[in-house]
Amino acid sequence: MVAVMTELPGTPDLRHSLGDRRALRNTVLTVLLWVVAVGAAVPLVSVLYMLITRGGARLGTALFTQLPPAGLEMGGGFGNAVVGTLVIVALATLISVPFGILGGVFLGFVAPESKLADATRFIAKVLTGFPSILAGVFVYASLVLWMGTYSALAGGVALAVLMLPTIMLTSEQSIRMVPQRMKDAAFGMGCTETQAMLRVVLPTATPGILTGVMLAVAGAAGNSAPLLFTALFSNYWISSLGEPTASLAILIYNFSGMPFPNQIELAWAASLVLVLIVLAFNVLSRLISARRV
Amino acid sequence: MSVLDIARPATDYVAPQKTVAAAAIDARISEIHYGKFLAVRDTNIAIEKNKITGFIGPSGCGKSTVLRSLNRMNDLIPSFRLEGQVQFLGQDIYARNIDPVVVRRHIGMVFQQPNPFSMSIFENVAFGLRLNRYKGDYKQRVEYALRRAGLWDEVKDKLKENGLALSGGQQQRLCIARAIATEPTVLLMDEPCSALDPIATRIIEELMLDLKKDYTVAIVTHNMQQAMRVADTTAFFSVDISRGGRTGFLCEAGDTEQIFHDPKQDLTKRYISGEFS
Amino acid sequence: MSSTDFKQDSGRSASRPPTTGDIIADRVFRGGAYAAGALVVLLLIYILWEIGFRAMPAIERYGFGFLTSAVWDPGQEKFGVLAEIWGTLYSSVLALVIAAFFGVGVAIFLTQDFLDARLAQVFRTVIEMLAAIPSVVYGLWGIYVVIPALRPVAGFLNETFGWFPMFSSSFSGPSMAPAVIVLAIMVLPTVAAISQDAFSLIPYKTKEAAFGMGTTRWEAITKVMIPTATSGIFASLVLGFGRALGETMALAMLIGNSNQISWSLFSPANTLASLLASQFPEASGIETQALMYAAIVLLVISLAVNVVGTLIMAMSSKQKVG
Repeated sequence: MVAVMTELPGTPDLRHSLGDRRALRNTVLTVLLWVVAVGAAVPLVSVLYMLITRGGARLGTALFTQLPPAGLEMGGGFGNAVVGTLVIVALATLISVPFGILGGVFLGFVAPESKLADATRFIAKVLTGFPSILAGVFVYASLVLWMGTYSALAGGVALAVLMLPTIMLTSEQSIRMVPQRMKDAAFGMGCTETQAMLRVVLPTATPGILTGVMLAVAGAAGNSAPLLFTALFSNYWISSLGEPTASLAILIYNFSGMPFPNQIELAWAASLVLVLIVLAFNVLSRLISARRV
Repeated sequence: MSVLDIARPATDYVAPQKTVAAAAIDARISEIHYGKFLAVRDTNIAIEKNKITGFIGPSGCGKSTVLRSLNRMNDLIPSFRLEGQVQFLGQDIYARNIDPVVVRRHIGMVFQQPNPFSMSIFENVAFGLRLNRYKGDYKQRVEYALRRAGLWDEVKDKLKENGLALSGGQQQRLCIARAIATEPTVLLMDEPCSALDPIATRIIEELMLDLKKDYTVAIVTHNMQQAMRVADTTAFFSVDISRGGRTGFLCEAGDTEQIFHDPKQDLTKRYISGEFS
Repeated sequence: MSSTDFKQDSGRSASRPPTTGDIIADRVFRGGAYAAGALVVLLLIYILWEIGFRAMPAIERYGFGFLTSAVWDPGQEKFGVLAEIWGTLYSSVLALVIAAFFGVGVAIFLTQDFLDARLAQVFRTVIEMLAAIPSVVYGLWGIYVVIPALRPVAGFLNETFGWFPMFSSSFSGPSMAPAVIVLAIMVLPTVAAISQDAFSLIPYKTKEAAFGMGTTRWEAITKVMIPTATSGIFASLVLGFGRALGETMALAMLIGNSNQISWSLFSPANTLASLLASQFPEASGIETQALMYAAIVLLVISLAVNVVGTLIMAMSSKQKVG
């Protein structure tokens, strides 16, 4: 079918005109935007490629069962750093989750409009952008100097300081998203505030809260700056929470600058393991939030 | 099968001694404020036992506000202030030593929008029982409440499913079952049918007529036909704009027959005849 | 305790007042919630006090001169952070410029119908994954991928455009350039995410109005969408800047940790955060106190930026409502 334009005098020309400057500028900008977008994705592809080729080459059980090698030693692994990372992150989670959720309850349910809530919310938002190394400095000054030693506990506290605001703010959001009529129903039944919270609001908000916790855990697992002078590092297996403890991130930092190929290979392998741990928690949080009603 | 035939489950409690037909709630409200806004004035109304009292009136006339102040739901709004008295079985529920939580356990409420909890159908109905640490047979009591709400046959095979999975009308009946499972003395219903289709509305109206044998019911509706069909007593609220804002007040209350066929007040007459809404 | 007792209540009723236990639980729980809310406020005060207290000897000894000296010599007990302040601000600004270009571009790409919904979701996930890669891993990647890749480019730029201050020195490996590139990648997800929010908050009718006036897609974007989203984009840049200021590990691995002030991208430099990371573990005595002082400088800069960013976010979301 061919459209035939019968042009009457005075009829404006409505046809496409490719040569038009507007159309040309449109095309150029669109192409540029595609270049920018693809360019933004290049680093991720490169990082993943390096992790898989350099880190994957070394993957094996020895990594998880052996201790880091010294100097020119061959082989070895970073089993103690994997365990240390998990212990420190678990400690941080244990410390930050109860306070974080309770704080979220305060912000989203108990007294959302109060002056204290405004202050808390504001400071929590500011703290989410807080340089993570300062959490390390703070815990060094308050806990490490006081205990007289670097420890897994100090590392856990430092990471907890960073996790707390995230958990608090995401908990607040999920609690607020519980429909008002459900809260009304609970009060209408004669619930005390606590009963409404524990029996109705929290169970309904749980998936959202868990999503926030998982994201905070993922962030903490990859965060190394605060561990530098709180947990420090150790070449041995962890035997108590009160002694210097190895972590994957610090191992990567230490090994990356060494002149020995074996250590550099291990740094890549440790990076792969660390990224997998972080991604696992990220994926978990996505799965939980996808199941939300 | 009629819901009337359902045998009551045995109970640990002593049977009630029927008192002479009297008001379950006797409200003498002189003013209700939200902050500086005067929402309701001069409303004296008695909710009689084992009867259905209908609240009607144009929108914004304060009928829902009055209903919600009968079980202190309005306390959840920080700026709310009530002047006057609301007597429930002879006690002023706004007295200083009264715990609003306890009041709400005795005066149940069904809301405009169905609001089941995000938990199983069984747990929704058992919620109030658990809350009150009921020691008897939960299954029996839940089944009884669901039967009274006319929902049992539809849900008996899926009690473990989430209450939110039901249809709108079923959800509202679930909420009624939840409210009556603890057998509160009074049931307040705030436009319970406004979100429902005509068939679901009919089912709930029949249910109300059945419930009044054992409960005292107060219902807000903006549907005059509904008030005529179910209410024994009707209270007509109107709006007064002479004081700046829209202030609601009780214009006239009496037997439903009388309100609809022989209203004493001119405003009532005009509203009934559809002059304004 | 409540004395509520409705004696005439129907005997069948299961309604009971809350038990003493319920009431105590309620008090405790509400008290706990208030305490947890107050905890964050107290935490910030305690952090400021603790670090300030430890830094006090150095603050008294070096005073304002700490900010204007570029010497860091533990042997002679001479300390100043001018070079670090310069390095922190210079690297963050450059990284932000790059991240703004790519981040806002990505936000437009994802919100203005350049991709169908499913592909956009995949791409959004890719950009979010950039934020999930730990800082040390970027550092390692920077050492073994970015620095070798930059070497020939930097050599060419230095030889050809050596007169230009930014290319005025020969490439030293760990230096400002790889640090800025990695920093930009790490800030990009923040900028992209918050700008995307700003674009998606614009009501559809605004875009409709633009198209209704006969704009092309790009005219709608540049003349209507971007101006409408300005405050959100600006907030994303401020928060991205705050993030860049505090970024530590990757920079400590890539920037060269050298106390010098230079415009050149190819010279090593230092930042406040990487000074802390590299010096703290071995420091003692007055150097620790000086590092605490440096931490305060970083804290003040980043708090100021974050407070401004949070306020802008709050103001722009109020605008949307009002």
